[in-house]
Amino acid sequence: MSDSVWILGTSMTRFTRHEGRDLLDLASEAALGALDDGGVTVGELDVLACGTLFSANASVGQQLLGQIGQTGISIYNVANACATGATAVRVALMAIRSGEASMALALGVEKMGKMGLLGSAPKRAKAAEVFEPSGRFGSVRSVDGILGTKTMPGVFGQAGMRYAHDHAGVGFDQFARIAHKNHQHSALNPLAQYRKEFSLDEIKASPMVAYPNTLLMCCPTGDGAAAAVLVSEERLESLSAEQRRRAVKISASVLTSDPYVEGGQVQPDVNTLTRNAADAAYEQAGVGPEDLDLVELHDCFASAELIHYDNLRLCEPGGAGDFIDSGAPYRDGSTPVNVSGGLISKGHPIGATGVANIYEVATHLRGEAGDRQIPDARVGLAHVIGLGSSCGVHILERSAA
Amino acid sequence: MATERIPLVAYLALEPKPHLVAQECDDCGARFFDRRNACGSCGGRSFKPVPVATTGHLRAFSIVHRASAGVAVPFVSAIVEAADGTTVRANLLDVAPEPDMVQLGMPVRLVTYPAGTDSEGTECIAFGFAPAGA
Repeated sequence: MSDSVWILGTSMTRFTRHEGRDLLDLASEAALGALDDGGVTVGELDVLACGTLFSANASVGQQLLGQIGQTGISIYNVANACATGATAVRVALMAIRSGEASMALALGVEKMGKMGLLGSAPKRAKAAEVFEPSGRFGSVRSVDGILGTKTMPGVFGQAGMRYAHDHAGVGFDQFARIAHKNHQHSALNPLAQYRKEFSLDEIKASPMVAYPNTLLMCCPTGDGAAAAVLVSEERLESLSAEQRRRAVKISASVLTSDPYVEGGQVQPDVNTLTRNAADAAYEQAGVGPEDLDLVELHDCFASAELIHYDNLRLCEPGGAGDFIDSGAPYRDGSTPVNVSGGLISKGHPIGATGVANIYEVATHLRGEAGDRQIPDARVGLAHVIGLGSSCGVHILERSAA
Repeated sequence: MATERIPLVAYLALEPKPHLVAQECDDCGARFFDRRNACGSCGGRSFKPVPVATTGHLRAFSIVHRASAGVAVPFVSAIVEAADGTTVRANLLDVAPEPDMVQLGMPVRLVTYPAGTDSEGTECIAFGFAPAGA
């Protein structure tokens, strides 16, 4: 018997600013949607892994089951920055692999509203009267805007520019083209926060947030939830032919953190842990990047997507600029990337993101993605990175049945 | 009476000439700027302070137009590789915050400047990088 873990059901809410709906409304919609989609009930679950970041201290998993069914099962509330959702999936999968559970729900939910810029220093109530060194760097005042930036668009802007420093053929135009692609893709996705196409000129002329990232190259904040019901292979075999036909195999599930690299303390290295995760995932799944029919990767900013082409081995080493210029990651290209619209346009309610990209890939593998369906998709990859850092990579495969 | 001066961060030394001081792991040579419990690279427990080269080149940058309230924008956030290989982040100074004016790979040098005075008249000294040729 294989110890494979399968996705039996999956669902997500639309990503948007859900006025008048709270965290539990969103979590319940996604959870009940995934259970219904899998043809099972809350009473059949052995484990819940619930991911949320900004409400991480609120026992949201318990609150959710309080709404949809308090069955007394183990609940793991998890938080792992932007990798929170992928971590919830991993926890559910590990519970099944351990033999303690045969059916588990992984859920990610976030309500951010118009949260604004992440990573900016909290405003100090008042400037210190007398300079006194404090903290691990012995600073006497806020260093934000003096010793560079730690805001997310700036940090990922620097990551993209470092790639441009090391490799030819990468600049503002390539970053803009990535945003062009993802906005264009989102027009086909009814679950996306934004569904508007923009021209390259409009993207380049939109307000600069942190060069090279203009506003239209940055993901928005928003609200949403996504969920997946996972089952062991043994449990799946006991289910109906229709449930087995629609099940999607998790061929690889990997979570890495950042190994030490020189300078990583100064400018987060989002490359090494992504490469490590991708390489481990390809080995686990026994597939290569050339086998992928679609990829959902963590395009929190256009500059991030570009470097992940290389990190996920989708292009030749150093060739991320050529890759986007060639059109390869457009939905009609050789390796469609972020056909959902990606974080840039589908949205990025942080805890939900890492489950939503698994929803997206699974939906294509089932042939149920409607207008945005990638024809005959058989294998897909979902990637997230949470700064700090954690990287989750999942490879999914269509059922052979 | 001479004005008292205090560095913005503990790893900026003002004398004899302004320079940065890293904590270098005695075992593997990894360098850090923060107070350490152990080495993030090898787990070593002992460190020695070492001066960091005051020249280097621009490895990456972002021109920040949106920041917290109270932070003056735009500014150029720079990732500098010092001549001894140590990575440092600070603002790039004396360059217009325009993409055409900031060149990846450009040689830079450490500079210091006053960044505020407290109620006792102590002056905070910050650092940044400026084009080395300037």
